[in-house]
Amino acid sequence: MSTDTTRPSIDDLQAKAKVIRQHIVRMTTEAGSGHPSSSLSATEVVTALYFGGYMQYDANRPDWNARDRFIMSKGHACPVLYAAMAEAGYFPTEDLMTLRKLGSPLEGHPNLRRLDGIEASTGSLGQGLSIGIGQALACRIDRLESKVFVMIGDGEMGEGQVWEAIATAAKYQLGSLTAIIDQNGFQQTGATGDVLDLTPFQPKIESFGWHVQTINGNDMGEVVAALDAAAAVTDRPTAIVSKTQKGFGILPVLEEAGDLNFHGKPLPADMCEKALELLS
Amino acid sequence: MYFGEASGLKLGKATRDAFGEALKSLGDKFPNVVTVDGDVGNSTRTEPFAKVFPERAFNVGIAESNMVSVAGGLASAGKTPVVASFAAFLLCNAYDQIRMSVAFPNLNVKLVGSHAGISIGEDGPSQMGIEDVALASSFPGMVVMVPSDEITTVKATEAMLEHVGPTYLRLGRPAVPVIYEDGCDFEIGKAIQVRDGDDVTVIANGIMVATALDAAKQLEAEGVSVRVLDMHTVKPIDDAAIAKAARETQALVVAEEHGPAGGLGAAVAISASKSAPVPIAYVNSGDCYAESGDPQGLLEKYGLTPSAIVDAARSVTQR
Repeated sequence: MSTDTTRPSIDDLQAKAKVIRQHIVRMTTEAGSGHPSSSLSATEVVTALYFGGYMQYDANRPDWNARDRFIMSKGHACPVLYAAMAEAGYFPTEDLMTLRKLGSPLEGHPNLRRLDGIEASTGSLGQGLSIGIGQALACRIDRLESKVFVMIGDGEMGEGQVWEAIATAAKYQLGSLTAIIDQNGFQQTGATGDVLDLTPFQPKIESFGWHVQTINGNDMGEVVAALDAAAAVTDRPTAIVSKTQKGFGILPVLEEAGDLNFHGKPLPADMCEKALELLS
Repeated sequence: MYFGEASGLKLGKATRDAFGEALKSLGDKFPNVVTVDGDVGNSTRTEPFAKVFPERAFNVGIAESNMVSVAGGLASAGKTPVVASFAAFLLCNAYDQIRMSVAFPNLNVKLVGSHAGISIGEDGPSQMGIEDVALASSFPGMVVMVPSDEITTVKATEAMLEHVGPTYLRLGRPAVPVIYEDGCDFEIGKAIQVRDGDDVTVIANGIMVATALDAAKQLEAEGVSVRVLDMHTVKPIDDAAIAKAARETQALVVAEEHGPAGGLGAAVAISASKSAPVPIAYVNSGDCYAESGDPQGLLEKYGLTPSAIVDAARSVTQR
């Protein structure tokens, strides 16, 4: 439940982020598959959104029509979302250990038909921002002040639809819409700069008429400041280019394994143990 | 000259025109309806609605992928978006967006594809939706409707808005004959028997219903009694009507303005094979892309004629 606007301290948010990181590592290792490193890069932003007072929601009433919405467009990073939702009270934290198992609503990619509180079914990249625009337009028609936050991967920016959506959000001056680009620098087969370099994001998105900030997205203080600044912009959409590190929080473990991308695989038991020590 | 004329049918409106007028007139009854267009609203005929309800109409430009996902977002926040484009662009360009932003989350999005089939004429094959029914039918939970005239198009439009869940409504560009001048009952998933007969049943939809009536008249003169079913809903298909027709007439002809794969022919064949397997013949625009030309000339060249149905009926009754 978070329908008040009391701001917790940076220390509190960092402590929460640590708990969420522990969940991410544990649940993906238990599942035997998944995308922990893609989830870890996004943890500060997701934590700040759910626990920093930036989103109004009620875990007991996930269909409350005036709620703010979060869409994980890079759907493979859903472990961070599930962990945040469990901590927020949408379901018991024990359920995180059912990730990806038959019968569990915590599917490999978010499925809104299975899990209350999921705002969009994602997993085919490129669609979340467009869905967020539709939700923002619907709220505008209904005179609701709901905000919509969409997290997009930097590799995902290769999808042309994202740029169609950027233009459309500018056309409708959607001040209620915030896009966060989790620029962790890697995608499935390597560095995003090598696969299809679409940087620099800030001037490109600004040229469409958006308000854009670039921050260190693994620094909770910068994340909170950026979300405050985004909230103050109401006449146009805002983007936060969130420069992060894939696997942030357990980087020494990934370094030791010689794989700083570590895409789409869980930590084996021994690495999981080391990672949890780092996060304790 | 037009097919249906020989059966005494008067030329009426294009189904896209009937849809556009119906949508506008239903705007007050369905206050949650909004339109999402890819800058062809004056072709798909969402424009009259947009003029009356400008705050409920969104033209997102020539970007069909984004258009469909925006509609998914609107639906997930309680709206009933009607997304209209040419059938070919809507289904082919935005197929993955329909899958992920509409069908998989089972959202209440109304997809409307105009300019279906080869009868659009001069604009040519790039604009002709000949795969759309197959693609739309492939989505779990999708209702797929292909109305035959202005009367059923108005009813299909209202039924689409009443129905909760994803639907696809297929519309044509040219004026078509009025089949149901005296009205008809219309229910999603329930075929309309336009004409009764004992020897063979022609199952048709879209413009091929009028064509089937001309064929039935010719066959009647030869002493062949033809039943004609207007199968306006391809999905869910009317299994009961197909089983009854197969049992009672012992032969089926399926006629559609679509390619041979995955459309009405496939749906009827699957249905009949489960209940009453009888010989079936297929009339469609062939496994090919057509060409530019006048609509009537194209229908004749690509075999969507009364005589094609007559030939199919003759052969199928002799198998």
